[in-house]
This record gives sequence, C-alpha cells and structure tokens, in this order.
Amino acid sequence: MARVGVFVCWCGSNIARTVDVQRVAEAARRIPGVVFSTDYKYMCSEPGQTMVRDAIREHRLDRVVVASCSPRLHEPTFQRCIAEAGLNPYLVEMANIREHCSWVHQDREAATEKAIDLVRMAVAKARRDFPLFRNEIPITKRALVIGGGVAGIQAALDIADAGYPVTLVERTPSIGGRMAQYDKTFPTLDCAACILTPKMVDCASHPNITILTYAEVEEVSGFVGNFTVRIRRRARGVDMEKCTGCGVCYSKCPVKVPNEFEEGMGERRAIYVPFPQAVPNVPVIDRQHCRLNNGLKCGVCQKLCPTGAIAYDQEDEVITGQFGAIVVATGFKMWDHSQIGEYGYGGIPDVISGLQFERLMNASGPTEGKIVRPSDHRPPKTVVFVACVGSRSENHGHEYCSKVCCMYTAKHALLLKEKYPDTQAYVFYMDIRANGKGYEEFVRRTIEEYGAHYIRGRVSRIYRHGDRVVVKGADTLLGRPVEIDADLVVLATAMEPQDDAKELARRLGISTDQHNWFSEAHPKLKPVEVLSSGIYLAGACQYPKDIPDTVAQASGAASKVAGLFSKPHLLSEPMIASVREEDCVACGQCVRVCPFSAIELVDVNGKNGASRRAARVNEGLCHGCGTCVAGCRGSCIDLRGFTNAQVLSEIDALALA
Amino acid sequence: MDGERVYAYYPGCSLHATAKEYDLSARAVCSALGVELREVPDWNCCGASSAHARDHLLGVALAARNLALVEEMGMREVAVPCAACYNRLAVAGRELQDDGSLAAEVREMLGRPLEGSAKARALLDVVVRDVGAERIRDAVKRPLEGLKVACYYGCLLVRPPRALGTEERVEDPQSLDELVRALGGEPVEWPHKTECCGAGLSLARTDVVRTLSANILKMARDCGAGCVVCACPLCMTNLDMRQAESLKAAGEDFSMPVLYFTELMGLAMGLPGAGRWLKMHFVDASAVTCREGAAARQEEPC
Repeated sequence: MARVGVFVCWCGSNIARTVDVQRVAEAARRIPGVVFSTDYKYMCSEPGQTMVRDAIREHRLDRVVVASCSPRLHEPTFQRCIAEAGLNPYLVEMANIREHCSWVHQDREAATEKAIDLVRMAVAKARRDFPLFRNEIPITKRALVIGGGVAGIQAALDIADAGYPVTLVERTPSIGGRMAQYDKTFPTLDCAACILTPKMVDCASHPNITILTYAEVEEVSGFVGNFTVRIRRRARGVDMEKCTGCGVCYSKCPVKVPNEFEEGMGERRAIYVPFPQAVPNVPVIDRQHCRLNNGLKCGVCQKLCPTGAIAYDQEDEVITGQFGAIVVATGFKMWDHSQIGEYGYGGIPDVISGLQFERLMNASGPTEGKIVRPSDHRPPKTVVFVACVGSRSENHGHEYCSKVCCMYTAKHALLLKEKYPDTQAYVFYMDIRANGKGYEEFVRRTIEEYGAHYIRGRVSRIYRHGDRVVVKGADTLLGRPVEIDADLVVLATAMEPQDDAKELARRLGISTDQHNWFSEAHPKLKPVEVLSSGIYLAGACQYPKDIPDTVAQASGAASKVAGLFSKPHLLSEPMIASVREEDCVACGQCVRVCPFSAIELVDVNGKNGASRRAARVNEGLCHGCGTCVAGCRGSCIDLRGFTNAQVLSEIDALALA
Repeated sequence: MDGERVYAYYPGCSLHATAKEYDLSARAVCSALGVELREVPDWNCCGASSAHARDHLLGVALAARNLALVEEMGMREVAVPCAACYNRLAVAGRELQDDGSLAAEVREMLGRPLEGSAKARALLDVVVRDVGAERIRDAVKRPLEGLKVACYYGCLLVRPPRALGTEERVEDPQSLDELVRALGGEPVEWPHKTECCGAGLSLARTDVVRTLSANILKMARDCGAGCVVCACPLCMTNLDMRQAESLKAAGEDFSMPVLYFTELMGLAMGLPGAGRWLKMHFVDASAVTCREGAAARQEEPC
C-alpha cells in the first residue's frame, strides 16, 4: 500500500486568495492512501522543500503530491527535492491548482472544491506511479548555425571559441546578413561594415568554423545531441578552390539585373559578389539571368577568368552532417510597403523604405553616399520620415512594434542633417520608443541639436503632385491636419519573419507564433531555447531586435550549446512510450501516427522460436507525446509515467468522488 | 448579343430630382447595351444623409425595405447608380447578413419577409464588370480620342472595403479608368480619386465643402484633365453646382466640366439626347463634346 504525502502551496496569495488551502490539506488527509498532508506559503522555497524532505523521512512517504503550480514550472524542482530524500524522482505528482484553478476562477467555494478534486486525481495517479530511470545518450559535439547574419556569426564565433566545431550555413552568396547593408549604427554611429567585417573575416579564418554559403537546410532528423541534417549547397558556377577573387568576371559580364543588396536601387551582373567585403570573396553565377544558361551566346566570364575557375556545369552538392545542437539565426525581412494604398501602393519612386535610405547613405552604396531622389537624382531639400509603417497596425497584419524603427529613423534624420544641414527633416511618429542604452539621448540629440522636426501623428496619405511628394497627416499634439510638400519620403516599414520561416520551423520541428516568428520555450526564463531541446534561437528570427540584443542573444545561444557540449553525455527522458511486444500485432498504426518518426516495426522472437513483427520505440527520438498510445488498437502501448491505468484512475477519482 | 441582362433598378431620391440627367443617361446607356433596368416599385429613402447618422436601426431598416422589395420582384441584384444609396444598401445588406438578431428586428419592423437574397450592385460595377469593356468598346461610335479624364470615385463606392467586398484597390480604384479607356478617352494619373468632396457637410459647413471641392478640381486641372467624371449625385452637386463659388473662394479662375460616367458613355456611344443631359449641369459641359473630342468626331455639331 502506497504512503502518499500531500503538500498544498499557497503561492503567496496567488493560490490562497481564491482557494482555501487549509481545507484542501484537510480534505487530502481523508483521501485513501494519504498518510500526511500540510500546507505552506511557498512550497518551492528552501524551507518548503525541507518540509517535504522531512515529511518523507518522518512519515515514511513513498509517493508525494504537490498541489501548486504548473508542472512546467516546478516539477523538476520537486523531482530533485524528493530524490534528495532518497525517493525515485518520478514518484512526485503535481496537482496544478494555480493555472488550472486559482488564476482562472473567482468563486472561492467552487475553486476550493475544484482544488480538492485536482488533488484527489493526483493522489490516485501517484498511487500507481512507479520508479523510472534515465539512460545515457552520446552527444555529437559539432554545432550547426543556420543563418550567417550578425546573429549567426556571433553564435558561430562563440561556439568555436569554446573549442567546438561549427558549421555555418548561409542562404545567400556571402555571410554578413542585413547588418552588412546598414550604413551607421545607432546610437554610437559606428560604421556597420567596420565593426561587422572583422567578425566575418574571423569566421572565415577560424579553424573550428566551416562556412557553407549559397546553401540551405533541407531536412533535419534526430534529436538533441544527435541531429542528422541534409544541406543543399547550390551550384555556384565558380570553383571556390581556384577563384582568387580578382573580379574580372563580374566587371565584364554583359548582363545587368537589379541588385538585391542595394534593395533594387543599383545593378549587379549575372555573375557577382553581393558586396565588396563579401565572405567568401567568390562570385556566384545567377543562373536565372546568365545568358549562357538561357540559351544565348556568351561565355565571357569563362574566357576572361585567369585561373579557369568558372564551372558552368557545376551541380548542387548535398551534404549530410551530424550535429549535436542547432542555432537558428535566420533573421527577418522588411515588409513590402506596396501593400499600402494610402502611400501609393509602392508606385511613387521617391517614396522609399528605410533600408533603401540606408543604402543611399552608405558610402559604398549605389550613389556613393550621396542622398539623391531615385526619380531624378536631385538632392532632396525636404525629407519626410514616417515611423510605424505597417507596424502596430492590425490592418496590415502586424499588431506588434518592430522595435528598431524609432531608432533608425532618428539615425536617418540625424545623418541627413549632418550631411546636409540645409535639408529639412520631418519625422512622423506614434510614440518614440527609445529604450536602450544611450537611445533616448540619441533621439533628443536628433531633435535638439540637429533640428529634426518631430510631428506626433499618423500620415494618412502620400501622393505625387508634379515632381513633389505630398505628405498629409495629423499633428495630434496641435490637433491639426498637416500637409508637407516633400522631395523624398522614407518609410520605416515593419519587420516580418522570412517568407519560409514556417517551412523551416516545420523541418526543425519547432513552433512559430501567429506571425510566424519562432517561439521561444518561455517568454521570460527561456528566451533562447525552443520547446525541442538542442535547438536555440538567436536574433530577429524570434522577434524584431536591434544589433545589441541580437548579439547578446547569439552569445546566449552559443553558451547554451557550449554548456550542452561540455557534458560527457545526455540523459534520456524516461517518460516515453513502450510497447508490450507480446501483445503487438504489428498493424503499424503507431508508426503512421507518430509525429517524430520514433516507432518502427522490427523482427522479434515469437512463440516457438518463430520470428514475427512488432512495433519498437526509439528511446532517443520519442518525445512522450502519447499519440501512439491513443492510436494503438490493442492497447499494447503505454506511456511510462502516464499509463492508461494511471490516467483512468485519475478519471475514476474525479467521477466516483 | 449574348442574352439580355436584367436588374432591379433603384434610382434613389437624387435621380428623380437634382440628378435627373444621371437617371436619363443611365437608362439610355443600359438600354443601348442590352441591360434591362426594372425600377423597384414603391421604393423609399435609402437611409443615407440624416437617417443613418441619427439612428442606426432606422438607417438599416430603410435600406432593408428596399432590398425586401427587390426580393418581392423576384430579383437577386439591384443596380444602384447613386454611390451613397449603393453604400447604404450594400452595407445594410452585409450587416443584416452578419447579425441575425438585427435581421429579425428589422423583419419585424418591416412586416415583410426578408431573406437576404437581394444584393446591391453599383451601376458602375454592373457596367464595367458585367457588361464588360469589350462590349462597351463595340458600342462606341464616337471614341473620346484626346479627352483626358480625371476619374473621380469619391468616398463611398469602395469604402468600407470589407463590408462592400469590393475587388477594387481601395486607394486607387480602376473601374472608371477602365471604362474611360474603353470609350477611347485617356484617364489621367491623379491622386485624388477617392478624396472627400465634403458631402457629409454639404449643408452645415459649406466653407469646408468649398475647400475640399476646390482641392479636387485644382488637382484634376494640375494633372492635365479636361473633365472630371463621377458616379455620385452628391459629388456632382459639390463639384458642379458649387464649382464657381469654390474656385472663387480658392482664388482660382478656371472651370472644369463634371460628368456622370453614364453621360460620358452616352456621348461616346452617340446616343440621342446626350446633349440634353449636359444642359442640366451648372458648369458648361458641352465643352467636352465640342473642344476636346471634336477633331476625332469629324466636326459633328453638338
């Protein structure tokens, strides 16, 4: 006969305000199998845990029920606690009387009754708990970093510096990401390239880092410590070993196409490096636009290449690698403002995005740093900046704040006034969100020292009138409509997840929020982890972030990886499915329903030495979701720690009370 | 001709009064295009102007009675020339569809069945989408060659987009432009297609109306338009009847003919009576027929 102890937590007033905890403890004492019960203000505190341990010894408890918060929060705490008292850690049950009870109810009487029911169920289950044990799993100590922007670069460098090999996969021809496109960075006005390119070079030269550019992750299988990843390295058309980066090929290529790196404002060739400091400094042939690939006569680059590096017939390479951990750092994209009718559906040439303005200001940009209007290449006399374009807007599908626009808009206005003091700069804003180190001071400087006109209000219309752009809006502080004849309008457009974020999440088996940002495991306490272990997030693929936040999170992800790799091995989760092979008829239903491909049909020894088929669970892959248990027609699969008998006893305890 | 199209027709109060020429031209053009319009018997106010601003239920019920009458005619679609009437009937129809208890209350008020099967369609939409540019082009006898037209949609044809379920780009609608092209004219690129003409303040604050209307007319001129074409009697009143005072107040000295799209169609299709419709305007619109299109139309007298 089990000897169960019940410990009811007040959680300060979180539970005690709505639930009569003393009554719950008293009621618990009358439940069959319970030999001890008590209540305490904070059961998770050290005195609370000591109370549990003491009670185990004093009352010879062999099962423990803690009625407190969600097991997601403190189950590990109490597992450790009872292990210290000599019990198997899987002999504790959590009755969630906070999230499932006190927080969602107001009626004290009813909530108390419900809490007693929850405790009764937990006791019924605890009485059928049995000890579970964890197995050792080896770890492949090589990390995969997906995305070669500043987040991926930082994560790769930190993991490599900790002594572990890293593969950095980047989709475009060069690492560097968005940050490589920026001009200067707020609030210090450091040149983005000057602080980023040394890190890019460090990555390229680090003995522990392998960079795969022009490559994408195609398939991910396995589990923490043992991921198998298939990576497709697209054909570059250039032999990386032979190329010296001299640049003759792209200086002579006859094809010109809009340059993505310049946000469409400049041109590149069909064979190109995206920007001068590219790493690796090896061009790629854009097969969509290459003349030769489109059946036209050409071959100029091949004729001119002094080292014979051009390889038109190069094919995609598929690389399959083993990794112990994955850092996802795939970044964001800018929302396309052509969806805003009020601002001209993207059809007004002198209405540009913030990122385009960034390229205009950049000394290595399409205008060599001269700020001119795209329509007629004249320097603008009046520039209007509009913040929150698409952000904080339910209409445009982004209820969230894109977080960096207030700051880069201030930076744009400041740099504009610094370069061209006679130019008028107007900034339309909703609120100024300058909550970082030195940020508020930076905005004040833009307004007070540089004389940018900040107007609090939304812009309702932008239209062309002659060769000017009319911006109509409201000054909500003066309560007046405003109309500005501008030469150039810069829209701080919303940040969005990459188009294929959802697809990558599916491949990785991680979740996304309603906007397709990757979801962290806990918004406060596990901001770097995802719910699947061994996968970590860095940078703006999770939510809009500025560079310091991105770099900090990347280092956080790297330290999680290093922490994982510093262990000799992993311990498996014991709450997984197990098959009673003697009852299994090998129908294969569990194989079909398993979302983690963790079950297969294998040959087992049947009666009289004959061989027969039966389902078997791969303990490394099983997440313990229980789908197979529900699917099994013969009820011959059980989830350890959540057996059918245990779950039914909980229901009985509720129904028969 | 691929079979005659039949629609219920809801003229609304303006088309029996200030916008008589809109009514005449709409009927003439539709008849020429093989579209039969059957006027809704005993129709009443659509609920625009004061009713829907004062009392939501009254606004919906007035529109609903008209829709119920259309159902009683055994028709599914009612063509509505006036943008304000169209907006009321369409928005009320949507509200009745979305809100069962409102529909029940209105049915009770009306004392007649209301299934919700009748749908309000803007006459412009019927002409451009149902008849189609191709058939219109075929019907044109005197193409409006060289006529630059500012297509003015006003606020009510496409807004609110969710309630109207419009296919138009809300801030840059295209149906009138498409129509003008089919008539052989040239729609100008201009930003004020859906600017407010001030109709909501037509009587209370004429100063506001003057400013807003003058802005629209000036922009049309600046963008090279020879005339403005519209699809709403309220827009017409503000842009045409108030034009002289509006432009005078704005310190401007020009005049801009304003036509209903049906009038422009009538001219291009060479319908008899088109000249008479234009005589009902305040700003001399005969200039459109004489000056701009004269060369193209072989010096025909207007």
